[in-house]
Amino acid sequence: MSSTETQMPARRASRRALPILKSVAGFVAIVATTYLGLLAVTFFIGRVVPIDPVLAIVGDRAPAHVVERVRQEMGLNLPYYQQFVLYVKGVLQGDFGTSVLTTNPVMTDIRRVFPATMELATAGTIIGAAFGIPLGVLAAVKRGSIADQIVRILGLIGYSVPIFWLGLLALLVFYARLGWTSGPGRIDVVYEYSFTPVTGFYLIDAVINRDWAAFRDIFSHIILPASLLGYFSLAYISRMTRSFMLNELSQEYIVAARAKGLSETRIIWGHALRNAAVPLVTVIALSYAGLLEGSVLTETVFAWPGLGLYITNSLQNADMNAVLGGTIIIGSVFIAINLFSDVLYRMLDPRTRN
Amino acid sequence: MMMGKMNARFRPRLAGAALSMLFLAGSPALADTPADTLVQAWAIDDTITLDPAESFELSPAEFIGNAYDMLVRLDIDDTTKVKPGIAESWEISDDGLTYTFKLKPGIKFASGNPITAEDVAWSFERVVKLDKSPAFILTQFGLTGDNVTEKAKAVDEGTFVLTVDKPYAPSFVLNCLTATVGAVLDKKLVMEHAEAKTPSDDYKYDTDFGYAWMKTNYAGSGPFKIRDWRANELVVLERNDNYYGEKPALARVIYRHVKESATQRLMLEAGDVDVARNLEPGDLEAVQKNADLASTSAPKGTVYYISLNQKNENLAKPEVREAFKYLVDYDAIGATLIKGIGEIHQTYQVKGVLGALDSNPYKFDVAKAKELLEKAGLKDGFSVTFDVRNTQPVTGIAESFQQTAGQAGVKIEIIPGDGKQTLTKYRARNHDMYIGQWGMDYWDPNTNADAFTSNPDNSDDAAVKSLAWRNAWDIPELTKQVQAALLERDNDKRAEMYQKLQQEALDTSPFVMIFQQIEVAGLRGNVKNYRLGPSFDSNPLAPVSKE
Repeated sequence: MSSTETQMPARRASRRALPILKSVAGFVAIVATTYLGLLAVTFFIGRVVPIDPVLAIVGDRAPAHVVERVRQEMGLNLPYYQQFVLYVKGVLQGDFGTSVLTTNPVMTDIRRVFPATMELATAGTIIGAAFGIPLGVLAAVKRGSIADQIVRILGLIGYSVPIFWLGLLALLVFYARLGWTSGPGRIDVVYEYSFTPVTGFYLIDAVINRDWAAFRDIFSHIILPASLLGYFSLAYISRMTRSFMLNELSQEYIVAARAKGLSETRIIWGHALRNAAVPLVTVIALSYAGLLEGSVLTETVFAWPGLGLYITNSLQNADMNAVLGGTIIIGSVFIAINLFSDVLYRMLDPRTRN
Repeated sequence: MMMGKMNARFRPRLAGAALSMLFLAGSPALADTPADTLVQAWAIDDTITLDPAESFELSPAEFIGNAYDMLVRLDIDDTTKVKPGIAESWEISDDGLTYTFKLKPGIKFASGNPITAEDVAWSFERVVKLDKSPAFILTQFGLTGDNVTEKAKAVDEGTFVLTVDKPYAPSFVLNCLTATVGAVLDKKLVMEHAEAKTPSDDYKYDTDFGYAWMKTNYAGSGPFKIRDWRANELVVLERNDNYYGEKPALARVIYRHVKESATQRLMLEAGDVDVARNLEPGDLEAVQKNADLASTSAPKGTVYYISLNQKNENLAKPEVREAFKYLVDYDAIGATLIKGIGEIHQTYQVKGVLGALDSNPYKFDVAKAKELLEKAGLKDGFSVTFDVRNTQPVTGIAESFQQTAGQAGVKIEIIPGDGKQTLTKYRARNHDMYIGQWGMDYWDPNTNADAFTSNPDNSDDAAVKSLAWRNAWDIPELTKQVQAALLERDNDKRAEMYQKLQQEALDTSPFVMIFQQIEVAGLRGNVKNYRLGPSFDSNPLAPVSKE
């Protein structure tokens, strides 16, 4: 009797702990498998690409014996599976190899290019959400009106116009003709020596350094590409907001709220949007993750030294260490953002807490 | 009613948002670059190292050419000659094997260390022992890791002696020494940063000769120092106050990596850069029409060609090779696709180099081509594939050729690909037709003669894989002529030999030469004395100034 009584709470506790342990273990297993799959697929795609990676290092004009020596140095004479095992071993020890093109360790390169992309993506998402959500709400509330149509057309343009073209057009108008913004690049040449990056996020660095002239310059460089990316996420976010809002506005609790005599503003912003916010978080998170991959075309047009450009350039030169390193980063970003939106989801929606 | 009330509140919110967006975008752009700084927009993503012993690409050639000095330099006013660099004078022994260089007295590296013959000898030793891509430019004189300290030697502080293995044409040896691989390095400075190595079968020396450090650092004596390089971002050159020659007017030259021609043009127009280096024909035209801007150009040592793999039995027929040379619409290509960035050039030696043949006999002539195809037994034409990389102007030229060849019944299937991808296929001789560009390895006719008209061994596993080899063009007789020209010590006779080789190639080779590249630069109006040389290492920055 007494023994069973004393065992009871312990068993209860373990029964409670087990699912948590299980879910943590499950999560780790999923992440590990995802990474390994990601690595394997990228690695083998990189190896079957019909590009000779030695070419990127020695160039077209190197004599045959140099080509052969470099091939051996890179371990390219080994069978694929051995190359892969060697690579994974390195990664597990935190060694992602050296980029052929920049001659830096891949992680050093990524530490340099990723903040550039992240800063741009964050600014883009803030702009996209700040304008996309109100526009989406407006379109939903005034469904079928001219305002709705305008928002729809805005969204359509955002979806369908090539960003490359729009980027050049924006440069032409705001930079070349009107002179409102600075041109391509992250910062003007005049600040190249006075400005010292700390975090790699230039806007934040300028604040840390209390360098307000540089801040203005950086701001005027980032605003154009960020608005452009913002416009594209705006297109997506406003469409999704509209449909979530329509869904909420047709619910019975809205009718009940109106019957209670609540003001329309309160109903829309306080009730409908609050409920629509839950799925909206996922939408914004996904669009943010998409921007974090680095928008190759935007980065090309605006000469923005970011991740997208880095990976594309590396891929074209069969610089596989750099491509793999970049892929892992993007994979991590997706996993992290999914996790983050999960957590936010729980905070916003009490039903998901249990 | 309720909706109306909401709208009244909603509207100002939106208007406010729109206004704030305008304010955000409204901070004014900063104009003009500093007066003592030249800012250039250029695609510099081909820079993978700053070490003269390894670098073999275009953009770093310009950095190294301005930041280092060689024994002798190319004279850009007469490109068939060399002029003194670190060497003040030189003598060649009667047997043609020994070159004795007297160094300029009292000159210094940027670090302040004196430049001695020992530095020169050690720089040669370093190149030969590291044996990277461009090392063959020096090792072709018979230098090896075992003999280099004997063959390239400092006899006293100011005298350097180079002994070559054959009585080469002196112009050949001197021309090769102007290449970036001949740069003289600051031995003391580099060896301070050298890493110890364990000798092995692959690498027999106990030091890396500063190889790791030199990838990103600088140890030279040119008019500028390389202060900073961030891959795919920027390169910064700074005036070298220890330079022995005339000091540059500019304190700093900054290269910004900008790939897009249209972007470069906008930046040039706005004054954010002083020089734009990758302008395509449309943008170049706009720059030339703009009164605030100017442009300059120079023919470069790069030729573009279509090549026909002789492993393809149709392309191997002499009549087909000739017919294809009549199927290029040279005039149309010259007037549109390469306008301002290239000129039609049908011989493989570039304009300005010793022995270049100035001859463009072929015209677009479908009837003539059809006649030749009929002679080859291909009256109804044939089908063939064409590997083309996705960049202009080659894509445009390939499409133009596809269309004009079609008029003679030749069906061309274009296989588009990335540059490195088509090149990999080409290097393995797996193509039918390929459109390529060829840049000279060093400023001497031997490099192109060796590439286009020499193929010592046409077997698949040959040790030397020239362009002739890549197209399986078996030419033992021409190969001998190329070797003979290398040993001809009379400059005029040597030039004649190269002209004969070019004529032969013009008549019979599987290379349809299209054009020679012209490098253009768009300039702000206040940039003075900006010149482009025939090679990238001879684009001089020292005379440039801004008003």
